Amino acid sequence: MAVDNDTVEKIALLAKLKVNPEKLNDTKLEFNKILNWVEELSEVNTDNVLPLASVNDETLTLRQDVVSDGHIRDNILKNAPAQEFGYFVVPKVVE
Amino acid sequence: MSEYVIETEKGKWEIVCGLEIHCQIISKSKIFSGAPAEFGDDANENVSFVDAAMPGMLPTLNEECVHQAIKTGLGLNAVINKYSVFSRKNYFYADSPQGYQITQFEHPIVGEGKITVDLSDGSSKDIRIERLHIEQDAAKSIHDLNPTKSYIDFNRCGVGLMEIVTKPDFRSPEEVGAFLRKLRSILRYLGTCDGNMDEGSMRCDASISVRPLGSTELRQRAEVKNVNSVKFAMQAIDSEAHRQVEIYESGGNILQQTCRFDPTTGGTKFLRFKEFSDDYRYFPEPDLPPLILSDELINKIKDELVELPDAKKSRFVNQLGLTPYDAAVICENKEVADFFETAAHGRDAKKVANWLMGDFFAMLKKKNLEIAQSPVSAENLGKLVDLITHDVISGKIAKDVFEIMAETSENPEKIVEEKGLKQVTDTSAIEAIIDSVIASNPDNVASYRAGKVNLLGWFVGQVIKRSQGKANPALVNKLLKEKL
Repeated sequence: MAVDNDTVEKIALLAKLKVNPEKLNDTKLEFNKILNWVEELSEVNTDNVLPLASVNDETLTLRQDVVSDGHIRDNILKNAPAQEFGYFVVPKVVE
Repeated sequence: MSEYVIETEKGKWEIVCGLEIHCQIISKSKIFSGAPAEFGDDANENVSFVDAAMPGMLPTLNEECVHQAIKTGLGLNAVINKYSVFSRKNYFYADSPQGYQITQFEHPIVGEGKITVDLSDGSSKDIRIERLHIEQDAAKSIHDLNPTKSYIDFNRCGVGLMEIVTKPDFRSPEEVGAFLRKLRSILRYLGTCDGNMDEGSMRCDASISVRPLGSTELRQRAEVKNVNSVKFAMQAIDSEAHRQVEIYESGGNILQQTCRFDPTTGGTKFLRFKEFSDDYRYFPEPDLPPLILSDELINKIKDELVELPDAKKSRFVNQLGLTPYDAAVICENKEVADFFETAAHGRDAKKVANWLMGDFFAMLKKKNLEIAQSPVSAENLGKLVDLITHDVISGKIAKDVFEIMAETSENPEKIVEEKGLKQVTDTSAIEAIIDSVIASNPDNVASYRAGKVNLLGWFVGQVIKRSQGKANPALVNKLLKEKL
């Protein structure tokens, strides 16, 4: 599996990363190195093997429906670049 | 089947529509954190570090949200999947501090099911459910506080949602409306979602395409987002379908796109094309192992399930003798159905249904009250019907008594007793009134005897009037005929 420059640009866009055009080719080569390395796994026959979500054989622990958190607004807003009336304030984002 | 065809000079078209409905789960705390899942509190009060996606915070699944999803699945006649998996749906937007939504993708908790909807022409249709999965809700953005800024409130962020996806089975706006009302009724019976579309606790997205009538092809669809009432959903589908037909007929093509319904124009507004935006790069959620359900748990929830609207409706028809229409109206709302059952207990259920759907509903509407606030209790409505059935009062007097009940919340027996409204069934008392009516109207008596027999009705009226409405009409009739 190999990716081209367009794919790298698309991934960068989805990840909200700016990739310098001069670096695009290098990034592509690095991507492909990693992909080729992972590709080695395809040598193993996995036809009848279910995908593994985790290497731990743990089961999901459920929580009882009890209110045990919240009402810590000052802490929640502490690192906000901007806030007003108890809201986070961000650049206008209207779809 | 209800026929819905868009007919133009150039041809006939039908719509193909499927729905995705997001339903907020009723629970005390959020789906992955212990913050309150409360609606209407001050901004960012109901937020934990998990909801705010602070580094190192881990989600823990709320067991009640799982139970509510199983319950809903059973109510949709659906398969419950004993193995389900949480996934990350990646997107970048200010309403999700995580940068992704925890949802279920390839392995949802509930599989295929169906809902039967009743249509206005008396037919019914099965709408197939594709799946139901559980996920977290996003934050609420407020855009009108500032011209250049958006304000974000994370109280809703992390509240449990059930996303219900249907197959593309809808062929008319009416079917969509009937489905949404039925789904809402089932959710409210189950107590898993309050179904208030105007408050956003139940939100509907519709996928719509059109095709020439009789064809089986599936054309490119447009998605209409977040319609917040049943009426708007029906309007949005109708106007979007007409828009697509117009484009096809003028030689154009539909591109996959997202629109928003605009209630002020009744039309759909273009939002964006779907290109990059739907590249969600799902992968299994590393912080949550797969969810495994036991037969024991599923069966326990099944055993505790309340009687659902369809079952209740057929019981009201088969055991209490209601018409299917009356039963459907009464069963749509669980509080109404419960009120009716209490009122009808041990009585003629049809008579109680007539009172409930007639004077009683009219009274609630006039006073703008919910049934839970009714001044007339179910027991008292039942007693009023008893008074008519046992000939204690006439149907006409009963209406007056009902009005007093609506004002005073009083027991009808007491009202009848205190106001002396009991029907007169004493023959001699009625005879005395008849004699006085005959004595004071010699002309009409002569006409009647000369053959104008339809004057009998007039005499009956006079006698009942003089008795202040209390004389038993059947008895008056019988005695009048004898006397005349």
